Amino acid sequence: MDTQTSLKRTPLYEAHLALNAKMVPFGGWEMPLQYEGILAEYEQTRKRCAIFDISHMGEFIVEGDAKISGLERIVTMPLSDMPVRTSRYGTMLNEAGGTIDDCIVFRLETEKWFIVVNGATTEKDAAHIRKNLTKQSTFKDVTFDLGKIDIQGPLSRDILKALAPQVTRLAYFQFDFFDLLGENVLISRTGYTGELGYEIFYPWDKTEKLWKEFLKNDKVKPAGLGARDVLRLEVGYSLYGHELDETINPLEAGLARFVDFNKDFIGKDALLKLKEKGLKRKIVGVISDNRRSPRQSNKIFSENDEEIGYVTSGTFSPSVTRGIGLGFVKCGFEAQDKKIFFGDEKNKNSAMITSKIFYKSGSLKN
Amino acid sequence: MADVEEHLLYTKEHEWVSIDDDKTVTIGISDYAQEQLGDITYVELPELGDELEQFEQVASIESVKAANDIFSPMSGEVIEVNKELESEPGLINKSPYEKGWIARVKISDPDEKNNLMTAEEYREFLVSSG
Repeated sequence: MDTQTSLKRTPLYEAHLALNAKMVPFGGWEMPLQYEGILAEYEQTRKRCAIFDISHMGEFIVEGDAKISGLERIVTMPLSDMPVRTSRYGTMLNEAGGTIDDCIVFRLETEKWFIVVNGATTEKDAAHIRKNLTKQSTFKDVTFDLGKIDIQGPLSRDILKALAPQVTRLAYFQFDFFDLLGENVLISRTGYTGELGYEIFYPWDKTEKLWKEFLKNDKVKPAGLGARDVLRLEVGYSLYGHELDETINPLEAGLARFVDFNKDFIGKDALLKLKEKGLKRKIVGVISDNRRSPRQSNKIFSENDEEIGYVTSGTFSPSVTRGIGLGFVKCGFEAQDKKIFFGDEKNKNSAMITSKIFYKSGSLKN
Repeated sequence: MADVEEHLLYTKEHEWVSIDDDKTVTIGISDYAQEQLGDITYVELPELGDELEQFEQVASIESVKAANDIFSPMSGEVIEVNKELESEPGLINKSPYEKGWIARVKISDPDEKNNLMTAEEYREFLVSSG
């Protein structure tokens, strides 16, 4: 297939094949969906420790003062008051308030920023940021300089500590540079699983060496995108292209706490108008009454059979042993514990509206 | 290479059927099908007494990632369903030809088995469909 040949490959592509991974196209990249099996890899992450190849994510470096560079206007979370060596999650919006991407900004130095964006949107994001930065700044796309391995799970600190003893001092959303197998690299205490974990940005050509070093430890196993999706859904994290896109604003997506209306940012006027008029829809958690899962683009019906919304992501949740999902419903229908149905007109399954956080006992803040 | 059981007949949609006697059959999905689906998390079984048409939907199987329709290899009436799958759907992954059977059917037309593949034909079909 033509699409196969044009897919990008991470520095761990050969390592995935050697582990018999099932490879799939994801956001323009050829990525491992699973190795041993999604449920086993899920369990490994929740109970022990797993490593994920996240090298498809885009990374940029911007130099300049937060305000003078224009960067503060590009993202919705506040940057100027961030302590150096911390990071913040937020969004980048278009003028209409739609979400161009979600991202994490790391403050490397007072006037140096590291931005991590989604793999599928890297080029679009780079163009948007460049266009909106002022001349008092520099921009560099370092996506293909850096591989990225996430190590996640309750044992991740102990395992990483053996290679980089100082990581134990990192609090949630803190990062620093550490010596790791002879390379001075950025390690951040963040992740996408709801468990204690770290994201490691490693030189592209040497990423395979680090991957193999982790796998020498029999407490560590690789996990693929399939497990990652179940893990993130159980803790209600958004996935760009599902709960976020250019037609979805961060307020209806439940991300208001990452939007700072005390500063100027692209899309602010549009968001203020939307707030004034009242939002049309709101993101909700959906929990099935049984093992059948809501699936992306399933319709959501009220108890009285009125179509009130749609599902954006869904999966079987091992922690609640039922189907779970996220979706949008018309405002007025977002109250929790309301009985709903998901599916289509012919085949509906009963469910409840619930909190987006289905799994609450993770090791995230241990 | 997926396991193909010798004494069974197969469909192009990767269901199997075991001819138990001249009136009843047992149906399920092949090892290849369970491998493709990955971890199975939910099985929507047919109801006892359901009348099935050959190659029409009999059950729905969900894996972590997706939902899939299962089609009946032969026409007839559902006389037994594998209730164990309700609490342990992963039996299909572990044992697709034995413990992971889906339903037993009282068939209405034994000649319909001519529309199915033998194990040898199914093996060739798997190879040729890559």
